[in-house]
Amino acid sequence: MRRDDDISGSLDWTTIFLFMALVVLGWLNIFAAIYDETANQTIWDLSLSSGRQLMFIAASAVIVLAIIIIDMRFYETFAYIFYGLILIMLFIVPVIGKEVGGNKAWIGIGSFGVQPSEFAKFITALAVAKFIGSVGFRMDNLRNQAVLFALIGVPIILIQLQKDTGTALVFTSFVLVFYREGMSPFILIVGICAATIFILTLLIPNQLYLHGAILITLLVLIYFGKKKFKRIAVLTIGALLISGVIESVDYVVNDVLKPHQQNRVKVLINPDIDPLGVGWNVTQSKIAIGSGGFFGKGFLKGTQTKFDFVPKQSTDFIFCTIGEEFGWIGSLVVVALFVALMLRVVFLAERQKSRFARSYGYSVACILFFHFAINIGMTIGLFPVIGIPLPFFSYGGSSLWGFTILLFILLKLDAHRGEVLQRI
Amino acid sequence: MNEGRREILQLVFVVVGIIFLIKLFFIQVLDNKYAELADSNAILRQVEYPFRGLISDRNGKLIVYNTPEYDVTVIQKDVKNFDSARFCEVFQISREELRKRFKEMKARKEFSPVKPTLFIDQLSNEDFAKVQDRLDEFPGFYIEARTTRAYTTKALANALGYVSEISKDKLDNDKEKIYRQGDYIGQSGIESFYEEQLRGKRGVRFKLRNVKGVEKGSFKNGAYDTLSVPGQDLVASIDLELQQYGEMLMRGKAGSIAAIEPSSGEVLALVSGPSYDPTLLTGKNYSSNFMLISNDSMKPLFNRPLMAQYRPGSIFKIAQAMSALQEGVITPETRFRCDKSLIGCHAGHDNQDLRGAIANSCNPYFFNVLRKMLNKNISSSPFEDTRIGLKEWNKHIHSFGFGKNLGIDLPNEKDGLIPTPEYYDRAYNNRPWKFSNIYSIAIGEGENLVVPIQMANFAATIANRGYYYIPHLIKSVGKNGKPLPQYLERHYTTIDSAYFRVAVDAMQQVVDAGTGQYRAHLADVVVCGKTGTVQNDPLPDHSVFIAFAPRENPKIAIAVYVEDAGQGARAAASIASLMIEKYLYGKTKRQFIEDYVLAGKFLD
Repeated sequence: MRRDDDISGSLDWTTIFLFMALVVLGWLNIFAAIYDETANQTIWDLSLSSGRQLMFIAASAVIVLAIIIIDMRFYETFAYIFYGLILIMLFIVPVIGKEVGGNKAWIGIGSFGVQPSEFAKFITALAVAKFIGSVGFRMDNLRNQAVLFALIGVPIILIQLQKDTGTALVFTSFVLVFYREGMSPFILIVGICAATIFILTLLIPNQLYLHGAILITLLVLIYFGKKKFKRIAVLTIGALLISGVIESVDYVVNDVLKPHQQNRVKVLINPDIDPLGVGWNVTQSKIAIGSGGFFGKGFLKGTQTKFDFVPKQSTDFIFCTIGEEFGWIGSLVVVALFVALMLRVVFLAERQKSRFARSYGYSVACILFFHFAINIGMTIGLFPVIGIPLPFFSYGGSSLWGFTILLFILLKLDAHRGEVLQRI
Repeated sequence: MNEGRREILQLVFVVVGIIFLIKLFFIQVLDNKYAELADSNAILRQVEYPFRGLISDRNGKLIVYNTPEYDVTVIQKDVKNFDSARFCEVFQISREELRKRFKEMKARKEFSPVKPTLFIDQLSNEDFAKVQDRLDEFPGFYIEARTTRAYTTKALANALGYVSEISKDKLDNDKEKIYRQGDYIGQSGIESFYEEQLRGKRGVRFKLRNVKGVEKGSFKNGAYDTLSVPGQDLVASIDLELQQYGEMLMRGKAGSIAAIEPSSGEVLALVSGPSYDPTLLTGKNYSSNFMLISNDSMKPLFNRPLMAQYRPGSIFKIAQAMSALQEGVITPETRFRCDKSLIGCHAGHDNQDLRGAIANSCNPYFFNVLRKMLNKNISSSPFEDTRIGLKEWNKHIHSFGFGKNLGIDLPNEKDGLIPTPEYYDRAYNNRPWKFSNIYSIAIGEGENLVVPIQMANFAATIANRGYYYIPHLIKSVGKNGKPLPQYLERHYTTIDSAYFRVAVDAMQQVVDAGTGQYRAHLADVVVCGKTGTVQNDPLPDHSVFIAFAPRENPKIAIAVYVEDAGQGARAAASIASLMIEKYLYGKTKRQFIEDYVLAGKFLD
C-alpha cells in the first residue's frame, strides 16, 4: 500500500494533462473572445474576463490540492449529506438568488456569483454512485430504479424551477450511467425513439403520413410475426402510444415549451427561418465558425466573435472563437482533446474495483459528454440552442470549479483504487 | 451481464466527435458562404466618391463645379426601435412614401439586410443640415456624402451635357467593372465625351465594425484601402461671355451659332436654341425635369449645331468654286452668262466672273462650273464620265470636312451627306444616272446635307486659306494645358492655298457690297461672309450666314443658322456680325441691329 504523501505518483497524469490543456486553451480563447485591438489590453488584466478566469484557474488549483489532501473515504461517506445540502441550496436559490440572463440560478457572494447548480452535478454524481455502490443494490430492482430516478429527478425539478433548462437537462445524462450499470436499454431506446418521432413530427407537416406509416408497420409486424393475442395486443397498444406521442407534439411545442424554446426547436429544423431574429444566435455562430476556414484567421484575428456578432462569446458560444481563429485544425484539436478525455475517464472508471468509484467515473464521463455534445452541437447548428457551458473552456468560476471537482474526485478515487476491497 | 456496454458508450463518444468534425469540415472548409457572410458582417466597405473634374472657360471663369449632396443609406439589420412617425417628420416624407421606399428597397435584386442600401438619395445641403443632428435617433441609417454638378450659368447646357445615374445597359456593358449600380456618369455633351478624364477614381476604405455598427478601426491597417483620385479639370475653349451673348440673341429662336478660332480649331461659342437650364438636370428632381424637357415640343435637348442637318444652300458655291479651280476647269476670270433656262436665278447680274458669281450667288454660273467638273469627256459614256467626275468632286468636298462628322469632342455629331456615286446607284436603284439627273447639288441643294458645325469649320478653313483643326470645346485636359492629341493636327484641303484668295475676295465683297452689306458690315474691321438661304417648303426658308474676321489673321469664324427666318442676309447675318463684334471688341455698338435680332421679326 502506498503512503498518502506519495499520491502524486499514483495520480493519472494523462487525465491531468488533458485537463490542463483544455483549461489553458479555454483561457486563451476567453481573451480572444473579448479582445479589443484598440484598447491595449493584456490577458492578465483583472478587469477582463481573461484575468478573472485566471483567478478562477488559480482557485481551481487550490481546490484540486484540497481534494487530493482530503481522505478518499470522505466523498462516499458524506455523499448523501452533500446531496441534502445542495437540494436545500437549489431550493432556496429562486428565493434569494439574483437573476442573470433570465435564469435565477445564482447566489451572490460579494461581487462574484456562485451557481449551485454547477456543483449539484458532482454532488448528484456522488449520491448516485453511492446508491449504486451500496450493499444489496440491484439495478433490476424496480424500487432501486425508482430511487435512482428520484435522485436525478429532484435536482432536475429544482433547477427547472430556476428556469435553467440547459443545466436541468444535463442530469438526464445519468441515464447513460444507469445503462452501463445494468439497466435495461428499454428506457434509452424508448427515449431515443420518442425524440426521433418528436423531430419527425416537426419535420413532416402532415401528421397523417406518420400515422399511416405506423399503421403499416403495425400490420406488417402482425402479419409476419407469431399471431398470438398477447403479442398483437402489445403491438397495437404500442402503436397507439406512438400515435398519441405524435398528436401530443403540437401540444408540447405550442403549450408546454415557452416561446423562446419553441423558437429554438424551430430554428434547428429550419435554420434560415429568421436569420435576424430567433435564428440570429445560430446563424452568427455558424458564420463565425465557418469563416475560420481550414487554418483559421489566427489568434486574436477573429472579427465575428470580437465584435459581438456572436452572443455569449466567452461563455456558451466560446467554441465560435476556436472555430474562427483556429479553423478546422483547431476544432479538430479541441474535439480530439474532449474525446480523449472522455475515453480516458471511461478507462479510469473501468479499472475501479468498487461499484461506487466505477459508477462515479461513468457519471463524470457522461456529464462531460452531455456538455460537449450539446454545447458544440448547438454552435454548429446540430442541436437547439441550450445554454450550457463547454467544460473547462467557458468563462465562469462556478462552471470551472464544478468540473474540476467532478474530475479530480475521480482522480483521487483512482489514485487509491488499490486500497479498496472489491465489492462488485 | 453488461458486456459490451462500455464499448457502446465509447463508440458513442467517438462517433459524436467524428460527426462534429465532419459538420465542421462542411461549414469551415467546403462552404465559402460563411466567410463571405463574415466579411459583410464585420467589414464595412466605405466608398469614397471622387470629385468630378471642374470645367472653366477660356478666360478661367468657372462653368461647372461640384456641390455636396447626401444619400441616406440603411442597413436593415442595424435598424432598431424604428419610430416611423418621427422619421417621417424629420425627413419630411409621408407615411405612404416611407412604406413605398421600404418596399422598393427590399424588392431590389442586390438588397441584403446586412449591407448598406440606398434609401433616400440626393439630399441637398440644406436638407442634410436639418436631419444631421437627428440621425442618431435612427440606428441603422447612415449618410453617405457625394457631390453633384452645379453650374455658374444657365448657358451652354447642351454642350456641357449632364450627369445622372448609370443605366442598366451601360452597367451591363461595363466590361472593366468601373461602375457600380447607383454611380453617376456623364450622359451627354462634354460630361459624356470626357467621362474618363472627369470621373476620377473611386476610393475604398475598409473598416471593421462591431455588431452595433460602431467602427473599430481600419481593416488590416488600411492595407486594402485606396484613396479616391479627383477627376481632371477641363478648360473649355468657350468664351463664356460670348456664349451667353449668343444665347441671349437666340432667345425665342430655333437654330444654332457655332464660332471657332480658326488658328486653333477652338470652339468659342456653341449655341443651340432653344436651350434649357442645366441645373434642372441635377439633384433629386432629375427624373421629373428630364421628362419635362425631353417632352418639350421645341426639343431643347436636340443639340442643333451638331445634330441638325440642313441643305447647304448658296454657301456651298464657295466649295464648288475652290474645287473647280483646283481641277483647272475654270479660272477666276472665267465668265458664264446667267442663263435662267438652265436653272432659276434672281435678277441683277449677268455674265460675271467667279468673284462676282460668288458674291451675287449666281445659280447658272455654278451649274456650268459643276458640269465642267463632272463631265470632262474622259469617258465617251456620259454616265461613266459623270461617275469619274463625281468621284474627283467628292474628294475635294470631303477634304473640307463635309459628308462625315468632324470628330468634335461631343457625342452625337451627325455626318451630313455628300452624295457619292454609290449613293446615287442606290438612289437610282442601279439604273444609270448622269449630270442632268444630279445638277441641283451645284447650288447646294439636292441631296447635300451639312450640319452647322461643319459650316463654321468651312468658314475657318477659308479663313486659314486651306486647312482646319478639328473643332473642339476643351483646350486643356488636366494640368498639361493641351487638348486631346487629335485636335493638334492640321487637316489640309485638297485645294492649293492660293485659290482661297478668290473666295476671301468674294466673301469680302459680299459684306462690303453684296447681299450681306447692310447688317454684316463692321466699321473698323474687314468681315468676310456669305449668306445662304435654305429652302424649307412650305415653311419660311432657314436663314444662314457664315463669316470670319478680320480678313487678315482671322480671329473668329462663325456659322449661324436661324430656322424659318427667311433670307440669310437678315437674321443670320445680323447675329453673326454681332457675335464677331462682341468677340473682337468685348461689346457691341450697333444697338439697332441687336434690337432687330431680339425683336425677331425677320420675315416682315
